[in-house]
Amino acid sequence: MNDEFRYLLARAARGSLDRRAFLGRAAALGVTSTVATGLLSKAVLAQGPRQGGSLVMGLQGGESTNSLDPALAASQVPFSYLKVSGEPLVNIGADGNLQGRIAEEWTASPDATEWRFKIRSGVEFHNGQTVTAEDVAQTLRRHSNEDSQSGALGIMRGISSIAVEGDTLVLQTEGPNADLPFLLADYHLMIQPNGGFDDATAGIFAGAYKWVENEPGVRHVLEKHANYWDSSVGHFNSIEMLVINDSTARNSALQSGQVQLINRVEPRVAGLLARAPGIHVESTAGRGHYVFIMHCNTAPFDNNDLRMALKLAIDRQDMVDRILRGYGSVGNDMPINASYPLFDESIPQRQYDPDQARFHYERSGHSGPIQLRTSEVAFPGAVDAAQLFKESAAAAGIDIEILREPGDGYWSEVWNVQPFSASYWGGRPVQDQMYSTAYLSNADWNDTRFFNEHFDELLLQARGELDQTRRKAMYSEMGMMVRDEGGLICPMFNDFIDAYNDQITGWVTNPNLEMMDGLAPVQMWSAE
Amino acid sequence: MHPVLKLVIQRLALGLLLLLAASVLIFVGTQILPGDVAQAILGQGATPEALANLRSELGLDEPAFTRYIEWLSSALQGDLGTALSNGRDIASSIGGRLQNTLFLAAVAACISVPLAIFLGLLAVRYRDRWPDKLISAITLTSISLPEFLLGYVIMYFFSVQWGLFPSVSNINSGMSFLEKLNAVALPAMVLTLVVLAHMMRMTRAAILNVMQSAYVETAELKGLRRFTIIARHAMPNAIAPIVNVVMINLAYLVVGVVVIEVVFVYPGMGQYLVDHVAKRDVPVVQACGLIFATIYIGLNILADVISILSNPRLRHPK
Repeated sequence: MNDEFRYLLARAARGSLDRRAFLGRAAALGVTSTVATGLLSKAVLAQGPRQGGSLVMGLQGGESTNSLDPALAASQVPFSYLKVSGEPLVNIGADGNLQGRIAEEWTASPDATEWRFKIRSGVEFHNGQTVTAEDVAQTLRRHSNEDSQSGALGIMRGISSIAVEGDTLVLQTEGPNADLPFLLADYHLMIQPNGGFDDATAGIFAGAYKWVENEPGVRHVLEKHANYWDSSVGHFNSIEMLVINDSTARNSALQSGQVQLINRVEPRVAGLLARAPGIHVESTAGRGHYVFIMHCNTAPFDNNDLRMALKLAIDRQDMVDRILRGYGSVGNDMPINASYPLFDESIPQRQYDPDQARFHYERSGHSGPIQLRTSEVAFPGAVDAAQLFKESAAAAGIDIEILREPGDGYWSEVWNVQPFSASYWGGRPVQDQMYSTAYLSNADWNDTRFFNEHFDELLLQARGELDQTRRKAMYSEMGMMVRDEGGLICPMFNDFIDAYNDQITGWVTNPNLEMMDGLAPVQMWSAE
Repeated sequence: MHPVLKLVIQRLALGLLLLLAASVLIFVGTQILPGDVAQAILGQGATPEALANLRSELGLDEPAFTRYIEWLSSALQGDLGTALSNGRDIASSIGGRLQNTLFLAAVAACISVPLAIFLGLLAVRYRDRWPDKLISAITLTSISLPEFLLGYVIMYFFSVQWGLFPSVSNINSGMSFLEKLNAVALPAMVLTLVVLAHMMRMTRAAILNVMQSAYVETAELKGLRRFTIIARHAMPNAIAPIVNVVMINLAYLVVGVVVIEVVFVYPGMGQYLVDHVAKRDVPVVQACGLIFATIYIGLNILADVISILSNPRLRHPK
């Protein structure tokens, strides 16, 4: 690399030389455009975030029914715009550690039943009001009171009192809870003036971007909140989110440069898309998993031998290869993987074993077909996955009959109702939350009807255990219980696959949720 | 009363009656949709408390007949209610979507209707020779391909490869007329290809039918040019069937383009309706149904009236 090229590179990285001119001059110096582009993107990254420019995103998962009320958010587009416009108490960082946002610091009482959050001073809402501890308390109350329709109601249930002392928020929990701050990072819990009691859909938050235009199901336009407290994020002047639910249309929009960032790249086209010039496909191992769930209290699934036979009769690697096209990892019949803190790596991986499956199946004494309900909406590729399951189980002498259900109404009529069906879980930030959401005996979404007193006791104990080694051992034991006795067949953990083009840069791997936990728009910056 | 006026009034009255019947059907249809509004709104993340709270708030417990009468009377006053799912005023949300849908339909119609009729005339002029066969082959191919495939192919070449037009046809009120035209170029192109064949074939068949008549032979014997005979003498007598087909296609352009809206991310009525059906947002579904029914019935009445007016025997009774 000669001095002249280095000089050009530095200018281009700073933006004083435009990209096309840079490539032209680089070519004149005998540097091919592929090499020059590669060096340029490295130089831009090294230069650090640049302010300015605008970002256009193409997102799947938006409907004309979407609301600005954070309590009602359930799909990807509301998730994205809440992450960008809202400010939570805390965030979970890419490394799995908590980062203070509205909360500056927090402490727990020694028995982990009382948590105190000091509210950061000088944080401003989009309407100019200052964020107070009272606003935070009201927000939490709105998501947990009797009239609440919030998606976060389940995680708020353990909180028994919400109080304010000066600039400090004091939360009491029913039992000890060492993970409470992690729960408060939930994307529904964006702080609103007076908690949103006045007008929950006003779109007034305290995040890096404020609302300009809101056309649900079409597009959402936001601009930089000038008085945002954290100058290390929020580099674009404006962000436009286009709702593009069709996968092919999303890819085309990225390739033709109409958008710079897309979510939910389908595994079957991810490889092709990555080969297109100027496109980066990012695959992130996360906590989301695809599952087949059996009700442990309903015949014939009330027999553990039958459950074990079905668990042994599924070919996990084949599913990862064919359904996820390699963008994922094999599951181990528990909802936890290495992306969780305190995961025990020593738990043995369950393998496809038709002989063992046949042994357990015969011991269960069951005969005749077993009905498995599936649908395209259960998870991408769920119908094909059920077909693969049927084939691999047939080799063990187990007859699975596939019932294909309509996508419309699947979550109300089939999932959590029928005894054996396909489904998915998005994963939770910590093990406690995942287990409390779906495996505790009295959980709302105990979709495997898993009732185990010892498991419940361990879960509550682990929740209040501040010693991490003992806690890890407890979670390991609980994982083994679900794996060997539960109704969960978890063949695979899916990766999040997102893509961006080289007009933007600054991607970091974040295992929490898709799009760098929804923070890609506020953490990435313009490369032009 | 002039018999034509009488006929037209009859048609209008019949249309209104039909609209009332349609409103009953829409209302009943939305009542028997399976599933539950509250569950659909809250999705997989619904807890029993949240469900119960939402249900009582939406007031889903009144008798159906009362709700029908209330709904119809307020709809007649232009009040379509508020959407259950996001609390927005339906009339104002639909307003923008309807404008977009009508804009795209109008652009597609402005290209496709004259083009289809012209190609039909051309096909008759060169009947059974290569231009006729070529026109038929191309239009029949384009109508046989699924719309979304046609959309993807056009998107691939015109947007990804050549960069001529945007693949995302998102239009908004801040755009100028020319910008909007540029944005809808690709969907309008696909829609034109989709509706062309039907109208072209009908024009050709209807005109060929009258070409057998004695007066056409007279015109030929007078030594008129063949295209003049077709356009000036045969065409006016073939107008009734052509208008009917044109109207059906116009109605299709307004009510049936949800696939194109999805592929090109166009913010029209179709996508709006589908989203709300998925969420069991009954008031919106009813409002959309009513608007679609009005457009469909209205265009068909228009076709009827034009057919009546184009018939000289009805225009000039003895």
